[in-house]
Amino acid sequence: MQNSVGIVETKYYKTEDKIILESGEQLGPIQIAYETYGTLNAQKDNAILLLHALTGDAHAAGFNSEQDKKPGWWDDMVGPGKAFDTEKYFVISSNMLGGCSGTTGPCSINPNTGKPYGLNFPVITIEDAVKVQKKLVDYLGVKKLIVAGGSMGGMQALEWAITHSDMVESAIIIASTSRLTAQGIAFNAVGRNAILSDPYFNNGDYYDKEKQPEKGLAIARMIGHITYLCEESMHSKFGRHFKNETNGIEKPNFDFNIDFQVESYLAHQGQTFVERFDANSYLYITKAVDYFDLAQKHGSLTNAFKKTNARFLIMSFTTDWLFPTSQSKEIVQALIKAGKDVSFCEIDSPCGHDAFLLEFETQTKIVKSFLSKAAGEKNATV
Amino acid sequence: MQQFELNKKESLHLNYSVITENIEKNSKVLDLGCGSGELLEMLIKKKQCVGSGIDISQQNVIESIQKGLSIVQGDIDEGLKEFTDKEYDYVILNQTLQSTEKPDYVIKEMLRVGKKVVVSFPNFGYWRVRFYLFFKGRMPKSKMLPFNWYDTPNIHLLTVEDFFDFCKERNIKITKSVYIKRGKINKNPITKLLTNLFCEEAIFIIQK
Repeated sequence: MQNSVGIVETKYYKTEDKIILESGEQLGPIQIAYETYGTLNAQKDNAILLLHALTGDAHAAGFNSEQDKKPGWWDDMVGPGKAFDTEKYFVISSNMLGGCSGTTGPCSINPNTGKPYGLNFPVITIEDAVKVQKKLVDYLGVKKLIVAGGSMGGMQALEWAITHSDMVESAIIIASTSRLTAQGIAFNAVGRNAILSDPYFNNGDYYDKEKQPEKGLAIARMIGHITYLCEESMHSKFGRHFKNETNGIEKPNFDFNIDFQVESYLAHQGQTFVERFDANSYLYITKAVDYFDLAQKHGSLTNAFKKTNARFLIMSFTTDWLFPTSQSKEIVQALIKAGKDVSFCEIDSPCGHDAFLLEFETQTKIVKSFLSKAAGEKNATV
Repeated sequence: MQQFELNKKESLHLNYSVITENIEKNSKVLDLGCGSGELLEMLIKKKQCVGSGIDISQQNVIESIQKGLSIVQGDIDEGLKEFTDKEYDYVILNQTLQSTEKPDYVIKEMLRVGKKVVVSFPNFGYWRVRFYLFFKGRMPKSKMLPFNWYDTPNIHLLTVEDFFDFCKERNIKITKSVYIKRGKINKNPITKLLTNLFCEEAIFIIQK
């Protein structure tokens, strides 16, 4: 529990307002699940908004109860003295719109029908998710903001820095992109297909049914996990090892059950995911990721960044092929063209895309320095 | 070895102060191959410059960011495509020209992006270097050139005369030159005549 934010409570904010989505549809009322760590100062300008990746939730740090075995998803980075230092900053983390961990999403009750939305939930985008987060940040009274996120969280941080340029002072974008590659969209499409073709999917209307589309969702997660690792990390984790072992000798099964250790890993990831995630949410959120394209929306990426006033820290990882360094460089080059303040570091890591959740020591060094410069400037201007 | 490190540090120190002295206050500077950011830090502190840097090494980038600098990890041999024409007052290439793969392209890009360009390099025409090669018959090593032939990053070593020719051929104007010899600025008028022989390191400000 050392350097931990300790026991934290997930809170809920509900806005009765309807928001107009990028698609033109309206959605409301909306509930947002969130957690905060640290204290908002009198000037209300020491806030950091953390944006989670594809299947994350509001619980970024600490434990929700004494019995909790695992801390929040970015606990290595959030806490007293850590990269996002809760002694200096007021750190906010919320569940994304369309999610299934407390924020309004397809599993929420549709006020018009009294039943879960299912596929009647409107298609949402990264822009819509940010719109909802803005409601929360305003409710909390925050005036100035630092935004930070990895992967899909980085997309949201970019959207924040561009849309709310008067508010966002610094943006930390890790293992992310301004638009997914065709390859990335393809993997998401296969994941969605696995869910859509599950016999128990029932056109998204499965919440009150005995059977859920678990197989499809598990397969989607397995595909996801292949893309989060890389050849090197898979090889060092599993090699060609078999699961079956008698007297210290590994043996093949000669059947189609789980045979190799890598199969066992994927099956385990699929199974544990099904217990915590909703298939419909997976469809909606992957779609939001696929649609995100700053260059298309603003004419060019440079144009997009002309609107921002933030300082940027961009980080990528050498073995990340899902959000490759070349895409981070695209962001860096566009920021330079737009005349913005940017630092960029490609971190050497064997962990693939997952590195942003694992390589916390190097990230901590860089993030701390980047943030302390911002703080130094702030003090200097007081 | 320790003595060598010390000498290297001292000579770098002089090099940094010479460059800092020759850069106008409040300039916008870009330092290519900025290492861990010492020069950039000095320019910001002493000359109130606004600046950023590029370096290829992860470790250097991290150390620069730790100094509070804005640094982008990148390879200057790939050019400066993202930078617009004459965006910077000064573009600096300190002790790095001889390590680039395409020195002519790098200088061309620097002159495009910077109103003025600062270039420094170890002079391969220095008499001790010539002496070493002539009498020992081996690739010269010195405190400016500490590497072995097989592990040196210095793949494009040049002499001061080579640089003069290079600039002449391309109509590049040399507006300032500082010659350093054994950790001191060479002010001796006689040895200045024989610059290529007596200068160990040269710093030029050029423009087009």
